[in-house]
Amino acid sequence: MSTWRTITNRLVTVSLVILAGAFISATLVRYAPGFGTDEQQLDARLSRESIQALRSESSAERNVAPYYVGWLRRTLRGDLGTSRSMGRPVSQLLIERAGTTLRVVAKSLTIAWIAAVSLVVATWTVHSAPLEKTCTIASGLLLCLPVGAVALLLILLNGPGYLALVAIVFSKVHRYLSDLVGATGGMSHIVAARAKGISELRLLFWHVIPAIRREVLALAGVSIALAVNAAIPVEALCGIPGIGQLAWHSALARDLPVLLNVSWLVIAFTVLANSGADLLADERGRTA
Amino acid sequence: MKMTRIAALAVISVITLISMVGSLLPGFDYRLQDRKHFSEGPSYEHWLGTDAVGRDRLARLVHGARVSFLLAPAAAGLSVFLAFVMGAAPGFAGGVTERIAKSMIDLALSLPWFFLLLMVRAVLPLNTSSGASAAITFFMLGLLGWGVPARILLARAKRLMQSEFVLLARASGVSERRLFCVHVLPNLLPVMMAQFWIAVPVLILAEANLSLLGLGVAEPLPSLGSLLRDLESVLSVRSDLSNFAPLLVLVAMVSSMQIAFAKREVC
Repeated sequence: MSTWRTITNRLVTVSLVILAGAFISATLVRYAPGFGTDEQQLDARLSRESIQALRSESSAERNVAPYYVGWLRRTLRGDLGTSRSMGRPVSQLLIERAGTTLRVVAKSLTIAWIAAVSLVVATWTVHSAPLEKTCTIASGLLLCLPVGAVALLLILLNGPGYLALVAIVFSKVHRYLSDLVGATGGMSHIVAARAKGISELRLLFWHVIPAIRREVLALAGVSIALAVNAAIPVEALCGIPGIGQLAWHSALARDLPVLLNVSWLVIAFTVLANSGADLLADERGRTA
Repeated sequence: MKMTRIAALAVISVITLISMVGSLLPGFDYRLQDRKHFSEGPSYEHWLGTDAVGRDRLARLVHGARVSFLLAPAAAGLSVFLAFVMGAAPGFAGGVTERIAKSMIDLALSLPWFFLLLMVRAVLPLNTSSGASAAITFFMLGLLGWGVPARILLARAKRLMQSEFVLLARASGVSERRLFCVHVLPNLLPVMMAQFWIAVPVLILAEANLSLLGLGVAEPLPSLGSLLRDLESVLSVRSDLSNFAPLLVLVAMVSSMQIAFAKREVC
């Protein structure tokens, strides 16, 4: 019963956050300088009447509350609107591209986590200062590079674009995990276990990891959000036809219906991922 | 570790000094186009070569660094100020204010800000000047980057409010205003400074990512991010390694900042 209540509470919170996030998106767009101006208004071929018609079309969107309520009502009916730049239903565009982004993000997260965890385990068991320093410098250097620059360097090296996502997620996950493991390794019960002669691997898997599982699960949620955000520059620069590329094209074309819908979908995905990780962490904490 | 920090500080100081002084030198104009030299490699006249429209790459690099290093701290200042309002003040006040602030911070941390930034940047008027686009880009970055520092400041303020010296001050009848200004605020300042220095490289990188997508600082004004767009032309990268100069400066600057200002003990 308690678990169901937790899940229900979490779902209510998630729904509220998604609604608030969508409202913030709409408000930010509404109050951004340049709202309501359309590239088409600069077209010299259009008559004064046509330009006026375009202006009155956008003036209907000026009041943020009715605009948001109208958008919400349409969205609940399953109507995400039509892309201004591509002339196609937004839902169709999203369905076409969501699979690609999900595959890229899933693949990148898997590789980054495997690499980060393997290196942390290797550093813990081998106790090699050069290995530790190399890993720290590598992840530190990757943290200093914009993800877009990593993507361009991969294009130059004829590498697959998703490796840029791997690099960015790996750098954060590795840095945080090694800090966590390092800090936990200094705890008195770990020091005592080591002094009793327990093997390093057993120490890591039986004593260290159980102590940091909540933080690791929270990190998993954060890494999903990180990968989804970094997918925009990577997909845009590497020509991967996913949601990120769609968002970039729409931003350049000032296609607000697509941008707003992509934004709330990404918010929903991120919040659900974070909440899932939190829920799992809470559940594990309770059963431990 | 102390030597590494000193070296890192030296790198930051040198790059900042060059960008500030260099951009004021006469003839070092980032807009000036040499009609005889397009997309050329390094030469005596143009040490880092010229771009596709004949502008001196070194002049643009120096000006670009100045734009990033001036506006990123300003944006970081805005972020930390907002974090103070949304984190430190509610942490001091406690009760309902703190609960509301916590919910707002959770909301801010859940949102994919890069998407929101992309959206706002997309609707800027087409005739926005390059200076205004730079200011708006960094303003938006500052406006959206308060979540993490606010959470840290709230936690620190809450911890301070439960500390013995605050309890003693309260028991001695010190007013709330004096308690905040004389006892709590000075203890929060180091955390705020640390958050400020952590935010600067993060904002420089965020601007670089936006500019790489063509949605950051608009032409002709350069920034480190917009200069990285030259890397997009793969062929020019292959023919001329000087295209990597902005990337090297960016990496040197950001890594130096991370080393020099990594104050984990106060975070």
